[in-house]
Amino acid sequence: MQSIRSRSIILSLTILFVLLGIWELANQAPASSEALTEYELLMGGADQEARVPPPSAVIKLAIKEIGNPFYDAGPNDKGIGIQLGYSLYRVLTGFILAAIIAIPVGFVIGMSPLMYNALNPFIQVLRPISPLAWMPLALFIIKDSETSAIFVIFICSIWPMLINTAFGVAGVRKDWINVARTHELGALRTAFTVVLPAAAPTILTGMRISIGIAWLVIVAAEMLVGGTGIGYYVWNEWNNLDLTSVIFSILMIGMVGMLLDLGLNAAARLVQYQE
Amino acid sequence: MTKHFLKVENLCKRYKSPKGEKDLTVFENVNFTIEKGEYVCIIGHSGCGKSTIINTLAGLDSPTEGVVLMDNREVAGPSLDRGMVFQNYSLLPWLSTLDNVRFGVRARWPNWSKEKITSHSREYLEMVGLKDVLNRKPSQLSGGMRQRVSIARAFATQPKLLLLDEPFGALDALTRGNIQEELIKIWSHMQQTIFMITHDVDEAILLADKILLMSNGPNAVVAESVVVDIARPRKRSEIIKDESYYHLRNYLVDFLVNRSDERPSGETEALPRSVNPISSFKKKPRPEPVVLNSSEKIEMTA
Repeated sequence: MQSIRSRSIILSLTILFVLLGIWELANQAPASSEALTEYELLMGGADQEARVPPPSAVIKLAIKEIGNPFYDAGPNDKGIGIQLGYSLYRVLTGFILAAIIAIPVGFVIGMSPLMYNALNPFIQVLRPISPLAWMPLALFIIKDSETSAIFVIFICSIWPMLINTAFGVAGVRKDWINVARTHELGALRTAFTVVLPAAAPTILTGMRISIGIAWLVIVAAEMLVGGTGIGYYVWNEWNNLDLTSVIFSILMIGMVGMLLDLGLNAAARLVQYQE
Repeated sequence: MTKHFLKVENLCKRYKSPKGEKDLTVFENVNFTIEKGEYVCIIGHSGCGKSTIINTLAGLDSPTEGVVLMDNREVAGPSLDRGMVFQNYSLLPWLSTLDNVRFGVRARWPNWSKEKITSHSREYLEMVGLKDVLNRKPSQLSGGMRQRVSIARAFATQPKLLLLDEPFGALDALTRGNIQEELIKIWSHMQQTIFMITHDVDEAILLADKILLMSNGPNAVVAESVVVDIARPRKRSEIIKDESYYHLRNYLVDFLVNRSDERPSGETEALPRSVNPISSFKKKPRPEPVVLNSSEKIEMTA
């Protein structure tokens, strides 16, 4: 009897190959005995009926792209590594700036019912706004597309961190606060040695939600601002009618998003505790 | 007038009620004293405000009226001079056993070196028999072990007054017995002043010099202060063979079951009546007993 784990891996691989097989078979190029005309060659062998490229073509491209991820052949042709690098830079900058603001403010809101009630209306109104709705205003005020993209990441990743920090801090067990009080710890010592470790798992959950949202939003933001980044790359390849590259970059977006989540999950495990 | 180590004067706690109703008085006119090195237990039914009293002594709660004086100074706010052991252990779950004790020691002596803090903490953990689990987290310890860590943390900070809020309430009887004996051992060689809440009459007799009996809430008062006139060192296995033990036990149980709804008449601002059921019991075999208080009343319950 195999363990659940190894059986689940076998099942996953089976599902993967079945899906890839269906995809591959459904998108075969029609057999054509005639030589291509010059026009057809120019159009990349396009025929009247557009087809989604089969997985074999995507894998071939993936091997080529991943083998040389950092080439730079002008604004319209950069390696996938460079594009992902730009996106990651924007996501991480916006995310870290948001964390720097959200965690201390969340702390204050969580500790003070006065601040909670005062700031709550603002949070409730600002939070549901689609981060992309800020884009025109950001472009007008900041006058720089790069910084505007970072601002959009900042504004979308601030809310989950802010709310989770406040929630975690407000939910710290009264007993632990009493332990700090009976040990005559000052406010700052209490915050760092009792409240922060107690709320850390909840804060990390907020950060994990934030980075997930930030990675979702960066693709759309870069489609708007253009120039560089994985979102721009997807849109640019669509304009080039290179669907193989579009599918490849979609997969890469998924991969990087998963790695970001795994990274924060590992960090969350470090601060996790069992009551 | 003698100077007491700790003096509680006319303590009262009221909670505001909705409009039109009278405020809810949990307890009122609570007066008692504790001497240095004394072990005092307080017993009463749920809702009589024992926890509020201990929290007031700790400085975590403030009374509606009255004051608590320790060393002739008013207790206002929490202090390291008054260590507290909570019923639910209140260990910080992200810290190891050793770090939980170090947390207390570091707070008490911020200028100590790391080595000194660690060795001091180890010493107290060894005292409660936990030197083999220094690096475990509280979640990996049994309830009894957790409470030992909590006791070690409290003793390690060497407070002037140690407050124990029903420390063994969540433990099984066997574990409870073991820790009680350990507590007696530690207490006897450190002469720590202890104030403790308990629900357990046997526990109170085993540990205390003096047992405060609270009447039922609301409007609870400290009705009597019962002297535990049993020689130390006490051992559970030995004191239960003593006849006077049962006499005292019956007296306490009788109070809790039959008399806890009564209110003592007369002056409310005085200290509670001091009672010594054992010496009144021994009066017959011993012709010259120690001073008796209200002996007639006690004989009725015998």
